[in-house]
Amino acid sequence: MSVYFLCFILFCVGLYCILRKRNIIKIIIGLAIIEYAVSLFFILTGYRLHGRAPIFARDQEILNMVDPLPQALVLTTIVISLVVMVIVVSLALRIYEKYGTFDITKIRRLKG
Amino acid sequence: MKMLLCFTIIPLAASFLIALLGKKIKNFSGVVVNLVSLSLLSFSLYLVVLASAQKLIICKIGGWMPPLGICLVVDGLAVFMLVTVNLVSFLVMVYALSYMSRYTDKWKFDALFMLMLAGMNGVIVSGDLFNLYVFLEVASIAGYGLVAFGVEAEDLEASFKYAIMGSLASIFILLGIALLYSFTSTLNIAGISLVLSGEPRGQLVAFVSVLFLAGFGLKAALVPFHAWLADAHSSAPAPISAALSGVFIKTLGIYALVRVFFNMLGITANLLFILIVLGVLSMVVGAFLAIAQHDIKRMFAYSSVSQIGYIVFAFGIGTPLAILGGLLHLFNHAVFKSLLFLNAGAIEYSTGTRDLKRLGGLGRRLTVTGGTGFLGAMSISGIPPLAGFWSKLIIIIAAVQAGYFGSALIAVLISIVTLAYYLKFQATAFLGKLERTWEGIKEVPLTMQLSMIILACICVAGGLLLIPAFKPFIQDAVGVLAAGDGYRDAVFSALK
Repeated sequence: MSVYFLCFILFCVGLYCILRKRNIIKIIIGLAIIEYAVSLFFILTGYRLHGRAPIFARDQEILNMVDPLPQALVLTTIVISLVVMVIVVSLALRIYEKYGTFDITKIRRLKG
Repeated sequence: MKMLLCFTIIPLAASFLIALLGKKIKNFSGVVVNLVSLSLLSFSLYLVVLASAQKLIICKIGGWMPPLGICLVVDGLAVFMLVTVNLVSFLVMVYALSYMSRYTDKWKFDALFMLMLAGMNGVIVSGDLFNLYVFLEVASIAGYGLVAFGVEAEDLEASFKYAIMGSLASIFILLGIALLYSFTSTLNIAGISLVLSGEPRGQLVAFVSVLFLAGFGLKAALVPFHAWLADAHSSAPAPISAALSGVFIKTLGIYALVRVFFNMLGITANLLFILIVLGVLSMVVGAFLAIAQHDIKRMFAYSSVSQIGYIVFAFGIGTPLAILGGLLHLFNHAVFKSLLFLNAGAIEYSTGTRDLKRLGGLGRRLTVTGGTGFLGAMSISGIPPLAGFWSKLIIIIAAVQAGYFGSALIAVLISIVTLAYYLKFQATAFLGKLERTWEGIKEVPLTMQLSMIILACICVAGGLLLIPAFKPFIQDAVGVLAAGDGYRDAVFSALK
């Protein structure tokens, strides 16, 4: 149970980072932290204590196995979040070229 | 039926080929995207006939039975959305042929657009929750790239905002999926619905509902989550604004929302009430934000928020008549909002500005843009006999029938506000005295005119969707949503 709670704290740290930080690089780090927290949570839902890998073999009886599906799904999620991260970081670099700052409060040409 | 895979595979392959060869072969990308979107449009029209005969078309990928494998499901609602998405995408691609000559590297635009189309089609045909999430992300990522396509300072800023908000929405959706999977041990939408029906409705379903509402609501730009939309939709190139406002927010937001709530989690009175509140709020806030704008595209973008409010409000009422009105308004809004954004693009193409304060009297020079823009603006404001009138009428009648008199009154009043800001657009852009600066402007190229004229014709004829000949097209879609849990039974009986 405590491990889920820690996972929740990680999620909150990321959310705080996105909502409160003014530097866009820190916002991106917050996004990454949230993604890690959710991936970790997804893995944990499939985890069994002292479970083994679900590989079928002859003369073996599998009593307690880890659910492999969340792991496969999280792998997909990691790839997706990597792509998002690449896009967001490259946007941040271009923004720095145009505005000369990473401060989100100074990047405000769009209004209304 | 294996052919359903075409909806995602063809645009994905096209995107890959364009990325590979687009730079080397001139005009390759333009030809490919138009062929792909035309073939997908004709295929989705063919599916209308097929789906009305079979009710439900299912494709088991790799021959694996769900829940082991992923299945693609096309029912009445999915066909309806497929036609809407592919129709608008095709016309937008025709328009982009000449419009995108203002930008360099059109092939990159085409490759990203194909990726976005693949994502949207994938969301619609998917019968598996995680698969839906993956395609949603594919479409969103292409969307972030397309919003920043001009790489001006404003475009980058808008895209960054959109990317952060959009990724946060996706994370909420993923968290919801993780919780649902840990509870039901399946990811198939019909399967989850089956497991949930056997259990009492606990706290978990309520929590997952909140996560999905926040996630899909952010994608659909419902009012507390609408801040990114005006920036993103006004900074993108005009064809992309048209595709984003016309079909993107509806597919990723509204379609996914109603599919998940009506067919999977099951609707409750509380949830319908929340949808009504969000809908009315979006209607009002969007309209009043729009009226203050003097950038044409920002005005249209806020107007999208307002019209999305109408659609969500209609789904919130929940009676079959209201759902009919909501779906009709969804289709109509896809048509006239993309038309209006294309008009805005045409004005920008000819004059180089989209500031209403600097425009005036363009109707004399830009006859086609002015004429189609007039039809689009009148249709969205609900002037009879244009398409927008019928869908708004049905929504308001349904609201009165269901006893929501106050909300129905608000819907009527906001319709008048909508008319006000579209008249402002008409009066300041097309009517009035022609300023000397714009004496020499010319009408836009033929392909741009063509797609605007076709969209305007659909605007005029949109009310005809209500006649019995088009019954299978829209009535099946209403049936899917009105049946709620019936989706599950239909999928399982089709799998056998």
